Amino acid sequence: MIGSTLLIFTMVWALPGDPFSGRCGQRPCPASFVAAETARLHLDKPLPVQYLYFLGNLLRGNLGLTSDGTSVAHELARAYPITLKLTTVAILMEIVLGIGIGIIAALRRGKFFDNLTLITSLVAISFPVFVIGFVLQYVLGVRFALFPVTVGYGAPWGDLILPGFVLALLSLAFVLRLTRASLLETLNADYVRTAIAKGLPRSLVIRRHVVRNSLIPVVTYIGADVGVLLGGAIVTEGIFNIQGVGGLLYQSIRLRENATVVSVTTVLVLIVLIVNLLVDLFYAVLDPRIRYE
Amino acid sequence: MKQRKLILTSALFAAGALALTACGGGSSSSSSSGSGSSGAKGGSVTIYNVKPQNPLIPTDTNEVGGSNVLDNLFTGLVRYDPTTAAPILSAAESITPSKKSEFWDIKLKPGQMFQDNTPVTASSFVDAWNWGAYAPNAQLNSSFFTPIKGYDDLNPADPDGDGPKTAPVPKVKTMSGLKVISPTEFTIEFKTPQSFFRVEAGYAAFFPLPTSFYKDPAAFGKKPIGNGPFQLVSGDGSTGFVLKAWAGYQGADKPSITQATFKTYTSDTAAYADIQAGNLDFMDEVPPGDLVNDQFKKDMPGRFISKPVGLIGTLTMPSYDKDYQDPILHKAISMAIDRATITKSVFNGSYIPATGWVSPVVDGYKAGACGVNCDYNPTMAKQLFAQAKFKGPFTISYNGDRTGNKEAYEAICHNIQNNLGASCTAKPYVDFATFRAAVTSYKMTGMFRTAWQMDYPSIQDYLEPLYVTNASSNDGKYSNKTFDSLITKADGQSGAAANATYQQAEATLATDMSIVPLWYENQSAVWSSRVTNVKTTPFSTIDLTDIKVK
Repeated sequence: MIGSTLLIFTMVWALPGDPFSGRCGQRPCPASFVAAETARLHLDKPLPVQYLYFLGNLLRGNLGLTSDGTSVAHELARAYPITLKLTTVAILMEIVLGIGIGIIAALRRGKFFDNLTLITSLVAISFPVFVIGFVLQYVLGVRFALFPVTVGYGAPWGDLILPGFVLALLSLAFVLRLTRASLLETLNADYVRTAIAKGLPRSLVIRRHVVRNSLIPVVTYIGADVGVLLGGAIVTEGIFNIQGVGGLLYQSIRLRENATVVSVTTVLVLIVLIVNLLVDLFYAVLDPRIRYE
Repeated sequence: MKQRKLILTSALFAAGALALTACGGGSSSSSSSGSGSSGAKGGSVTIYNVKPQNPLIPTDTNEVGGSNVLDNLFTGLVRYDPTTAAPILSAAESITPSKKSEFWDIKLKPGQMFQDNTPVTASSFVDAWNWGAYAPNAQLNSSFFTPIKGYDDLNPADPDGDGPKTAPVPKVKTMSGLKVISPTEFTIEFKTPQSFFRVEAGYAAFFPLPTSFYKDPAAFGKKPIGNGPFQLVSGDGSTGFVLKAWAGYQGADKPSITQATFKTYTSDTAAYADIQAGNLDFMDEVPPGDLVNDQFKKDMPGRFISKPVGLIGTLTMPSYDKDYQDPILHKAISMAIDRATITKSVFNGSYIPATGWVSPVVDGYKAGACGVNCDYNPTMAKQLFAQAKFKGPFTISYNGDRTGNKEAYEAICHNIQNNLGASCTAKPYVDFATFRAAVTSYKMTGMFRTAWQMDYPSIQDYLEPLYVTNASSNDGKYSNKTFDSLITKADGQSGAAANATYQQAEATLATDMSIVPLWYENQSAVWSSRVTNVKTTPFSTIDLTDIKVK
């Protein structure tokens, strides 16, 4: 944790410009403002000293203030739940739709449904997320009014369906193909043929043996994907006007607000670590062969 | 058979996908929430806004996110006519300068109140300006009080510049130039004449503050209490602010709507989609993608505006660099730029070629100050360039985070290459902050982009802060003694005489062309079908007095 915070702190510190350039447009910022901010943020001290001040404040629970006077902690508490909601919707879609359709496609291999999903997923992978986002927003939101065009105050779950889908689409396509491939491989395994030879109904075999064993690579991918989703949420948040972490991060980088950037990214790192831990634990559930001492 | 089916399906998909992408901005808008009250009075509108960068304190607000809100919560000594930009007395009953414009006497209209039912008095203004000028309060707009006598007492200099010592705490908290005569009268004494103060007096830095402000400025910055036509009911910077019309407002510019919500957006494209869907009522800009081929005019028939506002773009020569001190070189470059073609192709005609250094919307504007120097004349340019000592290579620096900059400055470089035969590179800086840091280091080795948005609609605001020797925004370190003396003279005159002298000063800028005028910016704005009678101000903002819900 210290390593990553120090790294990010240094990167923002190294950005050219300072919190004053551009803050006052084409005019220079008043000397009194520059002096006060330099003192508050210890900008005249060398980098290690600035970092120690930051750590000291962090341990006391003081993350500092953003440029408009709101506390950084307040902004994090406001923005993170919204981004996490969006990411949760995206992951749920990824799991339900990705795995579900992947299983069906594998079982109906070679048939029309399988080919259809393969081509659709190829399209989803090839198009950049903002193209799909804009198109779906216009067609489904503005033109046909099936979904809200932008997300409302506090990000209600219903408003997040379309943005979640857009965010999940790329990963969904990968999960779909991965599930399908993994399932096809498992269907040819010895123990499956044994189970069928024993006389077990096909649906039972698939439910109890095949799916669980095929899911290991998929679960690994989803766990790794959470970090990507949290990062990719920035673009989706812009398209649908979701007041989450993405906008917060963009604004604070632009204004060179070191404290905000480091705080946001630190929490991000924490979330990715926790999710990956959960994924590791979930392996044991999926596959009894994997046990932890 | 299966092969054919596969190919067919793929082809259908590809076609469908391409069609979807192509029709992205396509057909006319569909639904609009036709609710809202009928008749002329009442109703609620939603306005596009961005997150304010600073607390909502008038002396700390210098960007559009905050000023959109504050300009409706407060009314200053004067306000600006939305059509002509002329100053109209608002909180002030009279603003009277002395003969030389050094002493100003301000009388307030009696019986005015703040939204917390405390009276608006002369102290409301004087105390607020003193607080804003006091250095330890570190207010962003503090420099607007610099000309007032006694400002320097509140801003003692740092004894060793950038060194470890800090500036001492000021010994006094009030400027000697501000005197309260009675609850409805106060006087201002400036260090030097300020003939334009009557126009300047409407800027946010000069708003009054209620006494409740001083108890907790931080809390005020989240929920300001003003004396204007609207009061802040709820909200914050991230989601937006809800304003309700204040019943106690006595000014002439009472609104007809009852509620205005300034909704915060992180991207302009999301807002544009919301206008089409009817969730947003007004947007004071159009996303660059929808400006192409005037798409926004097709999307919103009869619901758009494109008019000049107080913004100008210029190209500045670094006058501190010996290569760029030759007026002949400057004129050659200026005549080589095809402003008309660039504004048409890059900015879709929403920008207009500039003929001077002052925006057409302000009091005192006179067309053609640049004269033939701003005409596109490649022959003359080449002749002049042959006489110039420095032949390049040239660079033009700009900030790359603004749409259109890249295309515009690369086009200018092409003009220079084709018409003058010199090599030219357009050099982008990653964002505005980085770019401004480089410019204000005064070490630029090439030309650079400068732009100016007016603080108040006066010709003086386009000249004095930019081109006077050592002025605060004189990025090129330009110095012209004739210009300086004409500006000082104009500051001491008044009315038409002052404007005439300012125009003379502007004309002297054409003798050496160290700053090359490029274009005036038009503002494009769109609105939903819910509202009517939409007017925008010369500051590119919505005028909430006139807007009506259908």
